[in-house]
Amino acid sequence: MRALRQIVFILSKDLLIELRSKEIVTSMLVFALMVVIVFNFIFDPGSREIKAVAPGILWVALIFAGNLGLSRSFAREMDQGKMQGLLLCPFDRSLIYIAKMLGNVLFMLLVALFISPVIFVLFGLSPGASVFPLAFVLLLGAVGLSAVGTLFATISAHTRAREVMLPILLFPVSVPVILAAAKSTVHLLDRGGAAETAAWIRILVAFDLIFVVLCYLLYEHVLEE
Amino acid sequence: MQSVKSLKILILLSWLAIILAHYFALIAAPTERTMGDIQRIFYFHVPSAWVSFLAFFIVCVASIQYLRRGEPSWDTLARTAAELGILFITLVLLTGPLWAKPVWNTFWTWDARLTTSFILWLTYIAYLMLRGYTLDPERGARFAAVFGIIGFVNVPLVYMSIRWWRTLHPAPVIGEGGGGGLAPGMIFPFIFALFAFTLLFITLLILRYRANTLERCIKEIKSR
Amino acid sequence: MVNVEKISKTYLTSRALDDITFHAAKGQFAALLGANGAGKTTLIRILATLTRPTSGTAKLAGLALGKQSQRIRQQIGVMSHTPFLYGDLSAEENLRFYGRMYGPSRLNERINELLARVDLEHRRYDLVRTFSRGMQQRLSLARALLHCPRILLLDEPFAGLDLDARTVLDELLGAELEKGTTILLTTHDLEYALRKAERILLLRAGKLVLNEAARDIDHSRITSMLHHSVERPQP
Repeated sequence: MRALRQIVFILSKDLLIELRSKEIVTSMLVFALMVVIVFNFIFDPGSREIKAVAPGILWVALIFAGNLGLSRSFAREMDQGKMQGLLLCPFDRSLIYIAKMLGNVLFMLLVALFISPVIFVLFGLSPGASVFPLAFVLLLGAVGLSAVGTLFATISAHTRAREVMLPILLFPVSVPVILAAAKSTVHLLDRGGAAETAAWIRILVAFDLIFVVLCYLLYEHVLEE
Repeated sequence: MQSVKSLKILILLSWLAIILAHYFALIAAPTERTMGDIQRIFYFHVPSAWVSFLAFFIVCVASIQYLRRGEPSWDTLARTAAELGILFITLVLLTGPLWAKPVWNTFWTWDARLTTSFILWLTYIAYLMLRGYTLDPERGARFAAVFGIIGFVNVPLVYMSIRWWRTLHPAPVIGEGGGGGLAPGMIFPFIFALFAFTLLFITLLILRYRANTLERCIKEIKSR
Repeated sequence: MVNVEKISKTYLTSRALDDITFHAAKGQFAALLGANGAGKTTLIRILATLTRPTSGTAKLAGLALGKQSQRIRQQIGVMSHTPFLYGDLSAEENLRFYGRMYGPSRLNERINELLARVDLEHRRYDLVRTFSRGMQQRLSLARALLHCPRILLLDEPFAGLDLDARTVLDELLGAELEKGTTILLTTHDLEYALRKAERILLLRAGKLVLNEAARDIDHSRITSMLHHSVERPQP
């Protein structure tokens, strides 16, 4: 289908640029790493609190890094008016949303997959058999954050205080997703938590769906001038 | 456009209603058995919360209409509702802790309703900031509309997610069975306070809407 | 080809365009002049489907602005003083990306052909970041021509260009005209407009105050009109 191919074109263009400049993923990684290390510094490793707090720290690091990645990826597009170049192309503009969102999901997932082992090592945890479910939760969380984040990044890129506006817009709206993702992670790492994990994952999926559909429908209003 | 006379009557009625509500709440209503007089904040706290959620509902509906029709009057309505809504939700966040400290021995806790109120407050702030920080006013209106819709959808989601997590707030007192029911003498003052606050809100909404509309028209004429 | 009927654009606090009406026939070259802020860029953006007009209608290549905007984009090539290029991609990659988005057939041949015409063949694998402004504008024009548009909308394409780049652009525009492409170009260069364009349009504070064939225009008259357009009209 034409639409699908166009999404792939935009996405591969973004990935190619990122591959060359490596600007976004590295800054996200560094930032996330800093957050994790600072927290590790503050808390006493090996204590009981640590293990309960670790999943929360993971998601805090991801949301901060995610914010950074989202605003950077849009700043790059807006710079030199390239967004207009895209808007001139003859296709359904909502596809831009999907392509950008997928790109952001990918970046966030990459960072998450890198940060998780670091957290496990530093905080003395072990995922055991839950590696794949954990990756799945990371993916779902990234989708939820990117769904709203991509829309808000587009908005904030057009405001005066770009970098400041995005977290202000994003924080209140990301609470359901972050909460569900963090709870899923907690129960996943807790040996006996299979039922709760499943419940929270279902909730997370529901949130993801709601936000993706809503933001997809509203995106065109954000693009037109 | 309401005629000036009926508007004056409305203002008078609102005044009256609020004063009466004060009387009912602070004097006429019976004292609560366990919490004592501090419980009387309830008559202001809950209606304020109701009004602030109503206001955001109006923001959402006006935003949808603005995106569909493009008429600036819808945008003005959304903005007006937000300006008022943030006042009431701030009231909620101020009266809540005043009530909470003597009763639960803590100013704040992250239960479902408190957290949702806090998130609503943040959403209002973000909404108003967004308008202020966008260079092109028309674009700002559209951005705000999009955010208003998403922000409103977010509210029940926040509530549900935290509800499923934990809850500490007194069980809803109207329409639900179980502990925390209202004594018969309290029902009327509460309903009346609800009515008074809603009336006040509507009056303020109309007044502020007119002021905002005038401001918009003046700006438009100036630019020609 | 380009039919504009009573297009207006008002923002909440200002009126950028006021009842603009004009027509450009197929293969015509129309130059749009006016002081900064007169509304030239706004008009180009509206015709390029980047902004919606507050009122009025327009038809480009027989397609209605608004309802058929997506199809219009297939028929127009747009240039602005920002080149719409990705600095981290090479010249060829830029063209390939846009080419795919427009979906023309025989993309490779088209890319080769255009790179040769804008004289950038030797730099095709170099990142656009390393290009001079003149080279970027040339590549931008190649990008605008990729899908063989029937209408070219150019917003001050010569701004800040050296003589080489100007010459290349000029030749390309000439070639396009011969093929029957309609061109609408904004510029501050009065001499160029009078020399090359068939039709001259002058915008002043959002109003179209002049719309005549170039050969009919008196040079001194238009110069004085241009100078006057710096002042705001009396209410």
